[in-house]
Amino acid sequence: MLEIKNLHANVDGREILKGLDLTLPTGEVHAVMGPNGSGKSTLAYVLAGKEDYEVTAGTVTWNGEDLLAMDPTERAVAGVFLAFQYPMEIPGVATMTFLRTAVNSVRKARGEAELSTPDFLRFVREKAKALKIDPEMLKRPLNVGFSGGEKKRNEILQMALLEPSLCVLDETDSGLDIDAVRVVADGVNALRSPERSMLVITHYQRLLNYIVPDRVHVLSDGRVARSGGPELALELEDTGYAEFDGQAA
Amino acid sequence: MPAVQETVARVREIDVDKYKYGFFTDIESVKAPKGLSEDIVRFISEKKGEPEWLLEWRLEAYRRWLTMNEPAWANVKYPKIDFQDLYYYSAPKSTEGPKSLEEVDPELLETYAKLGIPLKEQAVLAGVQGARVAVDAVFDSVSVVTTFKEELAKAGVIFSSVSEAVKTHPELVRKYLGSVVPITDNYYATLNSAVFSDGSFVYVPPGVRCPMELSTYFRINEKQTGQFERTLIIADKGSYVSYLEGCTAPMRDENQLHAAVVELVALDDAEIKYSTVQNWYPGDKAGKGGVYNFVTKRGDCRGAHSKISWTQVETGSAITWKYPSCILRGDGSRGEFYSIAISNGHQQIDSGTKMIHLGRDTSSRIISKGIAAGHSNNTYRGLVSAHRKATNARNYTNCDSLLIGDKCGAHTVPYIEAKNASATFEHEATTSKISEDQLFYCLSRGLSAEEAVALIVNGFVRDVLQHLPMEFMAETQKLISISLEGSVG
Repeated sequence: MLEIKNLHANVDGREILKGLDLTLPTGEVHAVMGPNGSGKSTLAYVLAGKEDYEVTAGTVTWNGEDLLAMDPTERAVAGVFLAFQYPMEIPGVATMTFLRTAVNSVRKARGEAELSTPDFLRFVREKAKALKIDPEMLKRPLNVGFSGGEKKRNEILQMALLEPSLCVLDETDSGLDIDAVRVVADGVNALRSPERSMLVITHYQRLLNYIVPDRVHVLSDGRVARSGGPELALELEDTGYAEFDGQAA
Repeated sequence: MPAVQETVARVREIDVDKYKYGFFTDIESVKAPKGLSEDIVRFISEKKGEPEWLLEWRLEAYRRWLTMNEPAWANVKYPKIDFQDLYYYSAPKSTEGPKSLEEVDPELLETYAKLGIPLKEQAVLAGVQGARVAVDAVFDSVSVVTTFKEELAKAGVIFSSVSEAVKTHPELVRKYLGSVVPITDNYYATLNSAVFSDGSFVYVPPGVRCPMELSTYFRINEKQTGQFERTLIIADKGSYVSYLEGCTAPMRDENQLHAAVVELVALDDAEIKYSTVQNWYPGDKAGKGGVYNFVTKRGDCRGAHSKISWTQVETGSAITWKYPSCILRGDGSRGEFYSIAISNGHQQIDSGTKMIHLGRDTSSRIISKGIAAGHSNNTYRGLVSAHRKATNARNYTNCDSLLIGDKCGAHTVPYIEAKNASATFEHEATTSKISEDQLFYCLSRGLSAEEAVALIVNGFVRDVLQHLPMEFMAETQKLISISLEGSVG
């Protein structure tokens, strides 16, 4: 279970999160929505441990452990995974090499055996196929020259391979056409399980037609302004964020 | 295990402050008296039982050297070298000239085994399977053993120490020695000509493709000893040879001088591929000690359609000053320079190449990847020139620099001269930093900071790495990571 209490965080000396509370039980999928600037991406980065995101108050525990005390590598090993809104390009490093380095680093740190080459290839091919990823794509340098859809599918592929227990998806639908959203959503849905929690951050309700959340939280000015069931997302679809934008101003 | 992880595993095994090859072999040695004079030049020549012409050649160089000044244009700083405070000749006592393997001092065999260099012919390079590489092992001033000589001789290839070649093939040595780097060339090359001790000699006869990789392994062991190696490689018409040199030295507080000269000659349609993995002791964290690597390397594409390709991986030395160059004399000849230069700690590198287009339809290609970390300074300096008669000369240059941290420096100093209007020269250069975002992305996937940097740097140098002989690629990837340890966090 993820428990966020009274979380305050600064970026470049400016307070973005201003006392955020959120509880995500194990096995549930919660959506985090909200207008631009409400703190959605900041929340994602704080959970993953990005350096410039300074936590000034509050606590975040993951299955009872203090997440904020861990460095980003330790969080990944502990099962936290962030699907980036803008995945980074690493020239000259084949995607396959990157995936293998990541998988084996995490497995090793978790005390599991590293995968042999044939086992790893089998593992990747199977997961890639489900995401409609062309094996040729995995030979190309990581994210270099990838289309928006390829980048996002690659994020979900990493999620599938690293087998995290807490998935944070930061605007995974942004910049995707409807077919691509469907492929990505299918990939995410395939990973839903009673042992895995997911936080799906999105600006638009569209993604939640495909990834149906257990709960929806609306952020405004660095706090959760409202929480509700999946119907809350539909309501926002009609009314927009005007109500919440007002609070932010 | 992928190379990156293997690398990281290796890095972890090593204490951060320890240069892996920093041990000293306690072996009795014969030395020339300290200092430099005509007598010392005569001493070296006599030790090697050289003919009169070679002694005269050395003396001429020595006299010339006395009139020269140390170059000061490179972007490196170091205290003045006292050339009278060095030993110019040191050899393990047991070694009077190269011997067969059975006769080599076990202490020396042990040293090379520790360095991962196989001197037994049935052995293979550490970690590389199925690769057979002939090795010439140079310890301080002398070659201690050369492997696979008989097998190479069957193909007509001569591979021996240069001292031995002076005795066995004097006509070849006399014809080519100093024909690419003349004794008047530059301060360190002239010094080398006067006091050079040993190095490798290769001759590949017409039409022969050398059946295996050749390599020389240089080791400086003795204190306050300069190593002045001299290597001469001749590829006769239509032949091919691939050669690799590796270098290490013990850790010492004082600086050691290494002033080598390498000359390559490629005749019509011949090709020489010369690779260097330079890992001399770089000095400690505070910048104390380390090797001064002042080297002159030049290849002469003397014949039509000949090709010379330099690939270098420079990770060691306190100071590196070297510009492996190509003289593109033959019509249609081609020169290549692929370089990875990594500086960390307080290392200083001023390195690059010269592509001198003299013949028609000559082409050259330069790919340089400089990586600076710590407090180091990394300069690429390169000259591309087209002579009046070099119609249709073409060059492509790409220099990329990668900075790790904010206390290091990367500089690019290109010189371009075209005296023929038909020349086409292209130059591209970039400087980038490993971004915090790239690092964070890797960390969030479970990589450690060390793994992340190793991965990003290996990606950065990939274009160059693939030009190394396959046998050495994995080893080099590891070396790159080891050189960068302690550069983040």
